[in-house]
Amino acid sequence: MEMSGFSTIIPLAYLASAVLFILGIKRLSHPETAAGGNRLAAIGMLLAVIATLLESGLDYTWIIVGVAVGGLIGAVMARTVKMTAMPEMVAVFNGFGGAASGLVAVGEYLRVAGSAGGAETLAIDSGVSIMAGTLIGAVTFSGSMIAFGKLQGFVTGNAISNPLVKFSAGILLGFAVVLAVYLVGFESNLVFYWSLIAAALILGVLFVIPIGGADMPVVVALLNSYSGLAAASAGFVLENNALIISGALVGASGLILTGIMCRAMNRSLANVLFSAFGTTAATAGRAADGDRVATPIEAEDSAMVLGYASQVIFVPGYGLAVAQAQHRVRELADLLTERGVSVRYCVHPVAGRMPGHMNVLLAEANVPYEQLCEPEDVNPDMENIDVAVVVGANDVVNPLARDDPSSPIGGMPIIETDRAKTCIVIKRSLSVGYAGIDNPLFYLRNNRMFFGDASDALASITEEVKQL
Amino acid sequence: MEGTLLIGLYVFVLAMFVGFELITKVPPTLHTPLMSGSNAISGISIVGALLVIGRAGDAHLMRWIGLAALILATINVVGGFLVTDRMLQMFKSKDAS
Repeated sequence: MEMSGFSTIIPLAYLASAVLFILGIKRLSHPETAAGGNRLAAIGMLLAVIATLLESGLDYTWIIVGVAVGGLIGAVMARTVKMTAMPEMVAVFNGFGGAASGLVAVGEYLRVAGSAGGAETLAIDSGVSIMAGTLIGAVTFSGSMIAFGKLQGFVTGNAISNPLVKFSAGILLGFAVVLAVYLVGFESNLVFYWSLIAAALILGVLFVIPIGGADMPVVVALLNSYSGLAAASAGFVLENNALIISGALVGASGLILTGIMCRAMNRSLANVLFSAFGTTAATAGRAADGDRVATPIEAEDSAMVLGYASQVIFVPGYGLAVAQAQHRVRELADLLTERGVSVRYCVHPVAGRMPGHMNVLLAEANVPYEQLCEPEDVNPDMENIDVAVVVGANDVVNPLARDDPSSPIGGMPIIETDRAKTCIVIKRSLSVGYAGIDNPLFYLRNNRMFFGDASDALASITEEVKQL
Repeated sequence: MEGTLLIGLYVFVLAMFVGFELITKVPPTLHTPLMSGSNAISGISIVGALLVIGRAGDAHLMRWIGLAALILATINVVGGFLVTDRMLQMFKSKDAS
C-alpha cells in the first residue's frame, strides 16, 4: 500500500520540479527577479533529489558520501572562482554534467547486460538510449575538458587545422556508430562497449582541438547544449521524464546561445566548428600605408571632452577585464553622471569570453544594469553620442565589418563608434585584435587614440575630470 | 517502437519548444548566469546517479560508477546554483547601498 503510494508521489514530485525549473528560467528574463528564479530552480532540484531518495532499496551510505564530497567541491568552486574565470568554470561543469549523464548510461548498460547474461541483445529502445547517452556524455566530457584547457591556456589556443584531424574524427564517428549498432542489434559485449566509450572520448577531443581560442565562447555554449542533451538521453535510459524535460530545456538554452554568438560574429556554426578561424586571418590585413595618422590624445583633453559632453557611451572589451579596469571605468562613469552626463555601457555580445560575460564583469564592479545596453540600442542614435570611449575592444568597433564585405569580419554586427561625434580609443598600441585585421577607426578624423594601460588611462582621466 | 520511448520523445520535443520560448526572453545581460544556471539544471542527472547506486545491488563496478556519477553531478548542481546566485546578486539594483 505504502509502496504504491510512493510510486505515484515520486513521478508527481518530478513533475513539480520540472515546473519549478520552467518558472525559474522564466524569472531569468529580468535582473530583479533572476536571483529568485535561480533559487526556485534550486528548490526544484532539491525536490527531485528528495523524491528519488524515497525510492526503496537505496544505499544511503554511498549516497551521503557522494553528496558530501560533490557538494563540498562544488560549493568551494562556486565561492572562490573569479568572475573572469567563469568560462572555465562553466566548461568544467558542462564536462562534469556530461560525464555524470554518460556514467548513468554506463551503469545502466552494465545492469542490463549483466542481467541478460552478457551475451543476449538489449531491448531496442533501452539499447538505443544507452548508446546515445554514452556517446553524448563522453563527447561532452572530453570536449569540455579540452575547451577548459584552451581557455586556461594548458592546451594551445591556436586553431589546429589539420585535414588528418577531420579525417580521424570521421573514421572514429563511423567506428562508434558501427559498435553501437552491433551492441544493440547483435550481442552485448563489454569489450566493444569500452571501445565505444574510448572512441567517443577521443571524438570529443578531436571536435574541440581544431577550434581557435577566440571561438571558445561558441564552443562552450554548444557544449552547454550537449550537457543538456546528455541529461535528456540519461532520462530516456531511465525512462525518467524529469531528466528528459530538464535536459531538453538546457539543450534548447545552449542552442539559442550558440546561435546568438554565431550571429554576433556573422558566421555559421559550421564555419566556427570546421574552418579554423584565427590561423589564416592572422596573416591578412595590417595594411601598411604610412600616410594615415592616428591622432593621440592625453588625459586633460579627454577629460575636457568627456566632462562637457551630454551623452557618453563606454564600449568595454575583454582587454578591460584583462587590465582589471572595470572599477576604474565605473568610477569615471559615476563622476560623469554626477556632472549630469548621460552615461551608458554598450556591450557587444562577443565582448567577453562567453555570452554575457562582460555584463557580469561590469555588474561585479557595481555598474547598474540599467546603464548596460546593446549595439541595437545605440547604433541608430550614434550621431547624437558626444563621446564614445572604447576600452580594450577592437574588432567589435571595426568599421570594416560594415564597409568591406570581403574582410574576414565582413558583415559582423559592430558598435558603430566611428559615427559618434568623438571616439576615444584607449589602447596600448595600434596593433590588431583577435581577427588579425587593421582597424581604420583609429585613423578617422573624429577618433583619438589614448595610448596606455586601460586602468592607468581611466584613472588619469578621472583625476582630470575632478579638476574641471 | 515501445510506448515509453515514444512518450519520452513527446515530452522531449515539447520541452524543447518550451525551452526555446523561455530562453529567447532572457536578456543578453543575463546570458552568463543563464548558462551557469541551466548548467546546474543539467545536473539533474544526479537523479540518475542516485538510481544507479540504488540498483547496483552487490555489483561493485556499478556502484563505483554510480558514486562517480553522483559526485560529478553534485558538483555540477551545487556549484552551478551557488555561482549563479553569486552573479545574480550583483545584478540586483544598487539602490539600497
